[in-house]
Amino acid sequence: MAMDLIQKRLLREVADLHDVPAGAYNIRADGQLAGRNTTANIDIVTKTDKPGIDIIVKPGTKNESMHIPVIIEKSGLQDLVYNDFFIGEDCDVTIVAGCGINNCGTQESRHDGVHSFFVGKNSRVRYIEKHYGEGDGRGTNVMNPTTIVELGEGGYMEMETTQIKGIDSTIRNTTAKLADGAQLIIKEKIMTHGTQYAETNFTVDLDGEDSSTNVISRSVAREDSRQMFNSNIRGNNRCAGHSECDAIIMDNASVGARPEITANSVEASLIHEAAIGKIAGDQLVKLMTLGLTEKEAEEQIVNGFLK
Amino acid sequence: MLELQHISFEAETDDGVHKILRDVSLTIDERMVVITGPNGSGKSTLAKIIAGIETPTEGTILLDGENITHLSITERAHKGISFAFQQPVRFKGITVFDLISIASGKKLTVSEACNYLSEVGLCARDYVNREVNGSLSGGELKRIEIATMLARGTKISIFDEPEAGIDLWSFNNLIKVFEQMYATIHGSILIISHQERILENADKIVVLADGEIRAVGDKDEIMPELMNASGICSRLVDRV
Repeated sequence: MAMDLIQKRLLREVADLHDVPAGAYNIRADGQLAGRNTTANIDIVTKTDKPGIDIIVKPGTKNESMHIPVIIEKSGLQDLVYNDFFIGEDCDVTIVAGCGINNCGTQESRHDGVHSFFVGKNSRVRYIEKHYGEGDGRGTNVMNPTTIVELGEGGYMEMETTQIKGIDSTIRNTTAKLADGAQLIIKEKIMTHGTQYAETNFTVDLDGEDSSTNVISRSVAREDSRQMFNSNIRGNNRCAGHSECDAIIMDNASVGARPEITANSVEASLIHEAAIGKIAGDQLVKLMTLGLTEKEAEEQIVNGFLK
Repeated sequence: MLELQHISFEAETDDGVHKILRDVSLTIDERMVVITGPNGSGKSTLAKIIAGIETPTEGTILLDGENITHLSITERAHKGISFAFQQPVRFKGITVFDLISIASGKKLTVSEACNYLSEVGLCARDYVNREVNGSLSGGELKRIEIATMLARGTKISIFDEPEAGIDLWSFNNLIKVFEQMYATIHGSILIISHQERILENADKIVVLADGEIRAVGDKDEIMPELMNASGICSRLVDRV
């Protein structure tokens, strides 16, 4: 597959890929299939009823990874894609997905991805998703990722999502249902600037006995950007749930947090924490005594916070 | 050489203006200078004024003859002033390695950073990648703070109550760390302290009370005075 320099850069940003990856991959560029590779254990099939793919991982697949990046450089492209991941029992896999937009035009470029994960019994999945946008035009970059997770008995999923600048508007919806003994860890990192808007909505149903979740969001809102964090963890059985939203607010930004927990069982143990505040003055002073300027100190604190 | 000339500092509070420092003049050119005195005597404020964190209401600060009174914290840091906080600051996401690297002002290798940590008695391997956050104890943070001072290696190193919150092991080694620091850097070490054992190692002791200098001298002159004095200094003796 031949890629131009912009495509390569976008790929590097969203998937840490410097070239075509080893292992299974499916690269979607400007709404078209740009490259695909399957392995003995991982099959990728184009959907026939709607745009998107089915990724089927055979039971017992261990230590394999797959890359499912989407890149857009056509201004004005509206891309909607459904990716369904069927992970068999007793697997241990890493999935790297992400979307990079380079919008140099004046129209809105938009990617709405619906990713569904059906994780089999006792399987472990690490899911890494990065969103990145760039462009020197006046066109807006919009991404609305939806993630649906169904974790089977004893299943484990760790989901890391990152969105650093570049995306003008995003509404991220994540819903999850956990069976007995399943565990879901979500780590979200967001930085918005300019007039960007980012909203995240997490709904986790702890249906199974001894299921657990930890939803951790760290975000930085700069300039005139706005962010909204909503989470609802519902404990429907003997389970443990924890959510933590930690935000740094700067300039004229606005950040809201609505962490909700609902216990539908006396055995449910649920905690939520939310903190929003500016960079602590003593942190700036400390780094300035080490020789950084105020601006450099601010960058260091923000980078560390989102690392 | 650091010179403080007629430094005064006023702070505005709800019940009026308070004089925190009154006409403090002092030179710091020795290996180790300790400023001591009762709580509220203005010691920490004086240290912050030297580092540029507070600006004096009156007076002049000279570093090697150059007037630095109106320089920023960053500019003073570049001129060679370091400051170790009484209560080290915590950072989410910034690692011990990051902090020591920033302090050194250059790209450090992990083994160089580890050397600084070993000098303050921390098993470097266990700490270098840890975040400087609430998961570290007060004593650990304090030692990391001292390690950043070693990495800075500047001509003036100010420590605000380095003994506070430090455990016995660290305290025994604290003096050694100061001695080694001087041997490597040859800069002046200015310490705010109540600790008799730190005072005993000083080349010059400055006694501050109610914002004024009450006495300046070497330890042989000042220590007996401190131990026997009445009034303000008896309060100090309670502390040491």
